[in-house]
Amino acid sequence: MVKVTYVQPDGTEVEVEGNEGDSVMATAIANDVDGIVAECGGSMMCATCHCYVNEAWTDRTGERHEGEEDMLECAAAEVRDTSRLSCQIVLTPDLDGLRVQVPEAQV
Amino acid sequence: MAGAAPGRVVIVGAGHGGVQMAASLRQEGYAGEVVLVSGEPDLPYQRPPLSKAYLKTGNETALPLRPGSFFEKNAIDLRLDTRAEAIDRASGEVRTSRGRIGYDHLVLATGARNLRPPVPGLDNAHGLRTLADARQMREALSETRRCVVIGGGFIGLEFAAVARALGHPVTVVEAASRPMSRSVSAAISDRFVDLHRGMGTVIELDMPASAVEADAVILGDGRNLPADFVLLAAGVEADVDLAREAGLDCENGIRTDALLRTSDPAISALGDCASFPDPRTGRHVRSECVQAATDHARTIARRLSGGAGDAYAAVPWFWSDQAEYKLQIAGLAYPSDDSVETPDGAVYRFDGQTLTAVETINDAKTHIRFRKLMGETAVPDRETLLSGAWELAST
Repeated sequence: MVKVTYVQPDGTEVEVEGNEGDSVMATAIANDVDGIVAECGGSMMCATCHCYVNEAWTDRTGERHEGEEDMLECAAAEVRDTSRLSCQIVLTPDLDGLRVQVPEAQV
Repeated sequence: MAGAAPGRVVIVGAGHGGVQMAASLRQEGYAGEVVLVSGEPDLPYQRPPLSKAYLKTGNETALPLRPGSFFEKNAIDLRLDTRAEAIDRASGEVRTSRGRIGYDHLVLATGARNLRPPVPGLDNAHGLRTLADARQMREALSETRRCVVIGGGFIGLEFAAVARALGHPVTVVEAASRPMSRSVSAAISDRFVDLHRGMGTVIELDMPASAVEADAVILGDGRNLPADFVLLAAGVEADVDLAREAGLDCENGIRTDALLRTSDPAISALGDCASFPDPRTGRHVRSECVQAATDHARTIARRLSGGAGDAYAAVPWFWSDQAEYKLQIAGLAYPSDDSVETPDGAVYRFDGQTLTAVETINDAKTHIRFRKLMGETAVPDRETLLSGAWELAST
């Protein structure tokens, strides 16, 4: 299992256990984390699973994928250097302890 | 309705639109009761993957739209395995297989069902609409089958791409002269025909199926195609039975106004089953996609939560994944709209001078640029778009 902590805009945190191979988005949905909408179900057709990766983790989550950059232009909240679509971050043992922040808005 | 939020909203149908309806009501601060009625036994799930990732992997854990706890946490009274059988408008009740449910406002999110053309022997064919259908299909395809797909629309072609990748021989039989002809330009159809033929799929165009037998499909020209597995994917029709029997106006769907109210103001309709005025042309259209279902739901939720009651005005978007091609459409074109293919492979659709849609394959950048552009008030006209002047200015 891979632990992921989601930090809400108001600072509240929830730590959940995700499965290796699942995305940060799917892990949020399965664990009923507020603020990750994922309207298209991970097909990279929307930006409603936007998250900010904690800076200590950006090296390990890596670069944005092809097309992700473009889709992020549709994000409802501010796009920062640490912005990712959480459907494109796949959990690996290396990401155990990952922290991501949920943005103010997704739609 | 503004300011006078009803006491109980009942939503019939728990697809993408029905679930979004319930969620949006809570997000908008609606304080009344929310009842979500589903005829299916499974937690509400995503349908798009049924013809794509699920068909390939069989992984059901990724399908639920939300976990069960979401419905509890948000005080959404989810009634599974409960078929809505009739609407009693006089008493404000839905009659279901598990008793009556009173409503102050009713939202019909009944979706669509597979069209069944008058072809003898269709009982021998599978259809793909529900998770139960998809499970059955995976079971039937557990060993190599000669597959024949009746209908070259999105579902038929998505299925063909997966089945072929899994090693099944596949033939797609399409009655029109090109696949996906109602939804995309000829240029895009042609590229997909090449893609599928390149994968070894046989595509028969201008070719109706005239009968389905236990082990074959008989084609319009009399040929007999041996088949172990037949998929009927000849389009869908809106599921309007409840609405029609209740006397609501129906015409290619449940007819609504720009606020998505049916002919009874206590009843709204959304998603695949709704025939709503296209915000651009005012013409009544139906849109079979996640975007319309969820944006309709948000529009209705704002109105029922005491908001301004704005008209539906979202920019449509659509996608289809077939093998290594991702088709993306921004906007909504009518089949009669002009098509202009640009040097970079995008296809612009026009109604006169007005841009109606942009179709791209594996080009998210262009797709997004147009999705954003079409949400703005001043979209460049045909001449400007085609001259390339706008393209240069925006890059």
